[in-house]
Amino acid sequence: MADSKSSQQIYDEFVKGVWKENPVFVQVLGMCPMLAVTNTAINALAMGGATLFVLLGSSVLVSLLRRFIPKQVRISTYILIIATFVTIVDFSLNAMAPVIHKELGAFIALIVVNCLILGRQEAFASRQPVHLAAADALGMGGGFTIALFCLGATREVLGFGELFGVPLFGEHFEPWVIMIMPPGGFIMLGLILLLLNWAQQRRGSRAATQAAGEQVSAHDALPIAPAHDSGHIEEVV
Amino acid sequence: MSRHESRLLVESGPFLRRELTTPGLMNEVTLALAPVILAAVWFFGIGALLIVIASVAGAVGTEWLFAPSRPRGASLRDGSAVLTGILLALTLPPAVPLWMAFVGGAVGVGLGKTVFGGLGQNLFNPALVGRAFLQAAFPTAMTTWSEPTGAGGLLSIRASNLALPLMSGTVDAVSTATPLGAMKFEHAETPISLLLRGDTAGSLGETSAIIIIVCGLVLALRGTFDWRIPLAMLLSVAVLAAVPWWIKPEAFPSPWFMLTSGGLLFGAVYMATDPVTSPTAPLGAWVFGLGIGLIVVLIRLWGGLAEGVMYAILLMNSAAPLIEQATQPRGFGRGRWAG
Repeated sequence: MADSKSSQQIYDEFVKGVWKENPVFVQVLGMCPMLAVTNTAINALAMGGATLFVLLGSSVLVSLLRRFIPKQVRISTYILIIATFVTIVDFSLNAMAPVIHKELGAFIALIVVNCLILGRQEAFASRQPVHLAAADALGMGGGFTIALFCLGATREVLGFGELFGVPLFGEHFEPWVIMIMPPGGFIMLGLILLLLNWAQQRRGSRAATQAAGEQVSAHDALPIAPAHDSGHIEEVV
Repeated sequence: MSRHESRLLVESGPFLRRELTTPGLMNEVTLALAPVILAAVWFFGIGALLIVIASVAGAVGTEWLFAPSRPRGASLRDGSAVLTGILLALTLPPAVPLWMAFVGGAVGVGLGKTVFGGLGQNLFNPALVGRAFLQAAFPTAMTTWSEPTGAGGLLSIRASNLALPLMSGTVDAVSTATPLGAMKFEHAETPISLLLRGDTAGSLGETSAIIIIVCGLVLALRGTFDWRIPLAMLLSVAVLAAVPWWIKPEAFPSPWFMLTSGGLLFGAVYMATDPVTSPTAPLGAWVFGLGIGLIVVLIRLWGGLAEGVMYAILLMNSAAPLIEQATQPRGFGRGRWAG
């Protein structure tokens, strides 16, 4: 009984990140890599994968060490832990996929300051057991990757006429140059958010609509602002 | 203190009324665009009409689909979507593929107007938002200018117009320079008579100066738009262009060339005067127009682009709320600085 309850809990934490509190589409976090490196699907997947790995590693470690980290220096501790995993990703990508590493450039190193990751440490991993922290990290990282892929794929299709480098429309395709430039990222993200909000409204669930509205409007708050955990944060900060 | 003092008739304002409604205003401008469309067809062939239709279809379709009016499509009755479509089409080059005109109309109304909440809420001129998007998305197609076909080619349609959706126009479309491009890159000044008549390369609706001037005068006399904005725009361009020309006539274009070439007149009459995106106070209108003229001259004479009317108007659109706030007329009896 207890086992099935805890597996239900793990599942809930996972789904929360992928869909209900999707870091990009609902919380609107991590906008810098979101807009900067999503001009092709493969870049988006690589960035999502790297972030997922860093998030998972640091969430598990922070959760394990949560009783030993002094409150006063917790943020710098989190940053150190995150930076460790970012360095691992940076060097491994450079060794295994130098082309992608070159494309992503500084944005790999910038994962350190991705507000999504620090936010999950502060709001979740530092106060939950390891298995839930891991589920949360997988969910959030997965949700982030999915969002990046949606954006990267649409931008690549319109901007290059290709998907994963495979031409889709033949040689006479007229590329939408704006889509591979930063403004295209903003426009496409806005359109996807529009579509998702519209779909949510259509589903008619009034409560869900309200929650999404609050979370979306909280997007320019500081790194640590997932709506449902914000109560705890305010106590601590 | 009898309550029935019937000699004194008390009415509430407004006492002076003008039979002017939003649809009426829009239709008046649309009507005033008819000569410009006819000129476009005359100079560039029946393909111009197809571009107008495609752009209007994109604009109207988007308005119908996305405007939050109930019942669906009710907001089409104000006529602004049709006007946006026509205005956008008239700023496009003659060889642009029809599907791009459609996309431009859709983006103009969708991202330029309905996302802000519909007519009256938008910060930027929707037609110019559509054009700016097209310019950024398809720079090649948007700068491929072709010579006017003239009377003989009235029924001609350019092959690149009919490119399939998402495909580029045929490569053999002969590109030529607009008068402004020729001025900027080859330093050749097109004769003023050609510019007035409109027998030059350029966007569909912008070439014929004389028709736009006549239509603009009619609209200004009827009070459809604030005459201060175009006047301020043209005056500032004329004065600012005259100074460098007077100092060094061999290096700079003459003020009358600046006035009659490119999209300046079209922008002044039809774009800058959009009542939603321009200041309403008289002083604000002057500031707005002067600002546009200044930016146009800066871009044309010292910028990298040959033409800058679109960006000038969009930039000043973004400043319009600020200008509006700073130039509110003083209420009667209020102190000068009390606000």
